[in-house]
Amino acid sequence: MNYDPTEIMAVLAARALKDGQVVFAGAGVPIISSLAAQKLHAPSLTLLFEVGAVAPIVEIGRIPSSANESRSAYGSVMFPSTTETLLFCQRGFVDVGFLGGAQIDKYGNLNTSIIGRWDRPKVRMPGSGGANDIASCTNFLVVTWHEKMRFVEKVDFITSPGYLQGGNSRREAGLVGGGPLLVITHLGILGFDPMRKEMVLQAVHPGVDPQEVKANTGWDLMVADDLAVTEPPTQEELDLFRRLDPERRFLKVK
Amino acid sequence: MESKSEKYTPSAVSWAEMNTKNKGMRDKRVSLEEAAQIIGSGCHVALGGTQYNRVPIAIVRELIRAGKENLTVSRSLMSFEADFLLVAGVMKTAVTSWLSGAVTYGLSPMVRLYMENNRAKFEEWSNLAMGLRYMAGAMGIPCIPAKVVLGSDIARLVGLKTMECPYTGDKLALIPALNPDVAVIHAQRADKFGNVQIDGMTAMDTDMAKAAKKVIVTVEKIVPNEEIRRTPELTRIPFFCVDAVVEVPYGAFPYDCYGCYEPVHEHFRGYYKGFETAKSPEENTRNYIEKYFMETKSFEDYLALFGVNTIIKYSMVRKS
Repeated sequence: MNYDPTEIMAVLAARALKDGQVVFAGAGVPIISSLAAQKLHAPSLTLLFEVGAVAPIVEIGRIPSSANESRSAYGSVMFPSTTETLLFCQRGFVDVGFLGGAQIDKYGNLNTSIIGRWDRPKVRMPGSGGANDIASCTNFLVVTWHEKMRFVEKVDFITSPGYLQGGNSRREAGLVGGGPLLVITHLGILGFDPMRKEMVLQAVHPGVDPQEVKANTGWDLMVADDLAVTEPPTQEELDLFRRLDPERRFLKVK
Repeated sequence: MESKSEKYTPSAVSWAEMNTKNKGMRDKRVSLEEAAQIIGSGCHVALGGTQYNRVPIAIVRELIRAGKENLTVSRSLMSFEADFLLVAGVMKTAVTSWLSGAVTYGLSPMVRLYMENNRAKFEEWSNLAMGLRYMAGAMGIPCIPAKVVLGSDIARLVGLKTMECPYTGDKLALIPALNPDVAVIHAQRADKFGNVQIDGMTAMDTDMAKAAKKVIVTVEKIVPNEEIRRTPELTRIPFFCVDAVVEVPYGAFPYDCYGCYEPVHEHFRGYYKGFETAKSPEENTRNYIEKYFMETKSFEDYLALFGVNTIIKYSMVRKS
């Protein structure tokens, strides 16, 4: 089967979504993977967009380039305000959030704000948007490229909280629900140790050596004793993703 | 309250200010130029909509043309208007959760240039925190408890205060109120008194309007008061919150206005392409400001630059 790294990431993200769930989706891979999940195995998966749109019907061929425009809202059953929409997360109505980031650390903390010193940033990124809210209040998936510069021992700035400093620190900070579930990368799938809350390599994609994953991680990565190999995308899955994003506007090949 | 040591934009909640305001149902129609005069240099302006949605670009253009300086500008999520406001010298501090186009555009070269060199300030909050800041402002209370921002570095950057819930002992973030001096909101319709109806997504506009000391509304169409009275369930902002109403068809073009037009992404891609060819990235944004905002004599002239074909094409949108 011929597929590229972005496609396996998007396919695995779609598989992680279950029927009956409410998913808080952002632009790019999250929208595509959520739509694919609806068509493949989760027909009653509900999309929520932060602009304030509940269960919109996104047309294939008219996929919005952001979660904050009319195209991400047409066909909705309700237009709550942005504040009300994000409060659905805080109340517990959202099953899965979807996040990415320029940096992620071993506790799943994400940085989309500042690289370098806070008072004189090397790179000033766009910031949280709704990411901090989703990370604070939902079980979330992270979909990202697996590179040493991205997978750092400690992020320069915690925009969106994972398990903070590990152990019970997330709960102690006052964040009672949620946390990172899975990190899906172009090399494999990572989960979190139940006690230490540190990232653990759970599966590698076909043909990927766990040493390659370790070499692309900025700390000494734990590897599960029962390390699995992910099921590659099926032809049906690939056909669907290629139909959803024919121009590769969202599933960009690196 | 206005202590200099605050890391966040403070708010003076004033019951008296609203209570003594003239709240008569009077004709509030003004021109764009007159509306922009309500906004003084140095004040805090909140922009309605979110990201591409209902960017009040007609007033943004006026602020740039009028050479306003040192404004604090707040918004749920900003988009390209942030570039223009920074480079024109209008915005000194951005209070927002997002400062760039959407992820598909990558980082804004202007936000990087200004923020990495401390030429302007980015006061970053989460999007829900922004919403709760306006909500607390709208409720007339100084802060509101929440379960976001906790444990993050956003909390450290803005000097977030926390408390233990006196009932349950839960740890709570205390999100401070935001009461803008002026809110600027673009909507689909209003009557001349300022009863504002917003179709589609309302973003944070209802709370923003109630939190602000003054409200300027630009609308696609001014309709008779009887039309508002036939569909009061669509009214999001009542007249007594509003100070000025301007009829500006396509007042958020080339951004998004639900049921009226969709964002012209090919236009924004063209703007981004300019960063590759201009003498310097800042030159690209300056050229844009000159061409679209400074050299156009009226908002109609500005619209004419996009051409009839583009305007019609992007106005043919799905209605639900």
